[in-house]
Amino acid sequence: MRWSTQINNSKVPTVATWEPVLENQLPPPNEVPADLVDKLERLALVDFPNQEGLACLKKSIRFADQLHVVNTEGVEPMDSVLEDRALYLSGDAVADGDCADRLLQLSKQTVEEYFVAPPGNIPLSTRDRAMLKCSASKLEDTSIKTV
Amino acid sequence: MAASSAGMSVLLCNNIKQIALFYPSQQRQSLCVIRGIYTPASLCQSKGQIKRKSAPKELVGVVGLEVHAQIHANTKLFSRAGVGFQAPPNSLVSFFDASLPGTLPVLNRRCVEAAVMTGLALNCFINKKSVFDRKHYFYADLPAGYQITQQRRPIAVDGTLTYSHLGGPKRNALVTRSVRIKQIQLEQDSGKSLHDDLRGQTLIDLNRAGVGLMELVMEPDMTCGDEAAAAIRELQLILQALGTCQGHMDEGQLRVDANVSVHKPGDPWGIRTEVKNINSVRNLARAIDYEIQRQVGVLDSGGTVQNETRSFDAKSGRTVAMRDKEGLQDYRFMPEPNLPPLMVYDHCSTVPPGVHPSQVVALEEVRAQLPEMPSVRRAMMVEAYDILPEHSFTLMNEEGLMDYFESVVRETKAGPRKVIGWVMNVLLGLLNQHSLGVSQSPITPKALAQLLDLQETGLISSSVAKQVFQELWKAPGKTARQVVQEQNLEIVNNSTEIHRICQEVVDTHPEQLQAIRDGNKRVLNKLIGLVQKETKGRADPVLVRAILEDMTS
Repeated sequence: MRWSTQINNSKVPTVATWEPVLENQLPPPNEVPADLVDKLERLALVDFPNQEGLACLKKSIRFADQLHVVNTEGVEPMDSVLEDRALYLSGDAVADGDCADRLLQLSKQTVEEYFVAPPGNIPLSTRDRAMLKCSASKLEDTSIKTV
Repeated sequence: MAASSAGMSVLLCNNIKQIALFYPSQQRQSLCVIRGIYTPASLCQSKGQIKRKSAPKELVGVVGLEVHAQIHANTKLFSRAGVGFQAPPNSLVSFFDASLPGTLPVLNRRCVEAAVMTGLALNCFINKKSVFDRKHYFYADLPAGYQITQQRRPIAVDGTLTYSHLGGPKRNALVTRSVRIKQIQLEQDSGKSLHDDLRGQTLIDLNRAGVGLMELVMEPDMTCGDEAAAAIRELQLILQALGTCQGHMDEGQLRVDANVSVHKPGDPWGIRTEVKNINSVRNLARAIDYEIQRQVGVLDSGGTVQNETRSFDAKSGRTVAMRDKEGLQDYRFMPEPNLPPLMVYDHCSTVPPGVHPSQVVALEEVRAQLPEMPSVRRAMMVEAYDILPEHSFTLMNEEGLMDYFESVVRETKAGPRKVIGWVMNVLLGLLNQHSLGVSQSPITPKALAQLLDLQETGLISSSVAKQVFQELWKAPGKTARQVVQEQNLEIVNNSTEIHRICQEVVDTHPEQLQAIRDGNKRVLNKLIGLVQKETKGRADPVLVRAILEDMTS
């Protein structure tokens, strides 16, 4: 409590310490061939309908390439901020479930207590595709600071 | 959809490099010497054998299995919804299982114990620290869009499953083999989808979504359907003995996918296909053998095997390509951020202070609670009853047969060796003929024991005993004694009576008599047969033979 009220103890630097990463510091850019784009669209259910979308993708990848500048020699990656916590083990007694009616209410279409899905895997509906086109062009306008 | 743009990251680029053309990213390729004989049974059925006889090497099968065993527990892996086989649709689903936003996984201790127990029983090395990952793919029965699994660092690695099967030229010699277990990992099950082709829709039931599974990945150490079937049968017995999985393939508690390829010994592995939709141990053998044959046929006719997923059709006994699985999947594995690493401890005493006992899974404790393994029970049977390992193996293999055998031995004066013959040959033969399980046998152990006692005390002959057995099968209510009395089947060992009949037979068959005297001893059997016919099989066979031999010398 005392610590945070001390004025001299702010962790925010007074001057910007941001150093731009130059193009020559980065590894050569990865090419994204057309079939890979198709595959990505299928795997992530994302739509890259036009050149703007692809340019956006390339910029995102280039931004992430900045990670290569960091020296990770001998450092184990952290995959969870919980890595020092203990994983809680629960007992095996039933305490959940039996709420089919509440869950089914969330679905637009149900058949006799079953959820309904289109046959096979899930294609995007035309409306969702239109929405994605819109958001892709929006992203392209603002410069990309965060992904 | 916001998450999808986050997916365009460095991780993605790295994962793309991992896509192997012939093997999925989660299975390391390791050199494996193919020992073992390619069983003649499947070879004999394939065509073009004559052509290949001149070739220096023949194509042999390489089989690896992926087993998903549903953990026998009250609740699911990460939620406290119940686990049950036939409950009303979507009634055993918690908010987490339906992947509603704001829910988090809570690990079930029982599942951890089950995985550790199974790992120890299969001689695995238990990782004291294991981690959870997310495996992403889109399917309607996977509400979250990812499955929580343990791909990088599973709970158990490097084990062995030792199994036996009846091999050799007459398929009656016990051959013991082993298959290496690459890893055992905890993972979530997906829901069930029912395809309604008529209306072009799929109905989703999430009762099974989130149920704990142990995935056992085995190295491709097997060569044919028989070996795979024997290995899975042994695994079923082990899991049932441990209580960690009930192992009923027809109820989906044990699911097996086979990875099948063919190659010439010494050559690199061929392209493999994955065979799914196998719902019994017998169908596993059929599916694998068919697939091996199919691939050999393709290669023989100059074609190439496609790396694809195929479904087994039990009715036709063939595998067909599945339309839904197109190309290669990239699962975009990432660490599960909501779960810290899973720690298990060596011993209660090695636990750091401040940890509550309910949070501790200790290897020593689990090891101490391991029950008797099937292999141990089989060895004990051989010791205790002086029967052959092959007998013990068959007893264990048929559900309920071992208990049946022990009950009969307890209640009868006949020796275990005699009982084994009756149980394995006569009883099992009839059960198989009528496609019945041991529990459905019309003849109880008690009834069989009584029948054997009658034979043992000399009241009936062995051939009559078999007759009575058939009668008891048809009329289960009766006892052996009743049948014997009703049909007058008691043994005739009145020496004068038998003498008279023998004399009669000999007198009416002078040519046979001469043949025997000339040296053809086998004709004696015909005379014995005639005597038995006269006495309706009731004559004491030993006595008849002795008298006839005497008369014909």
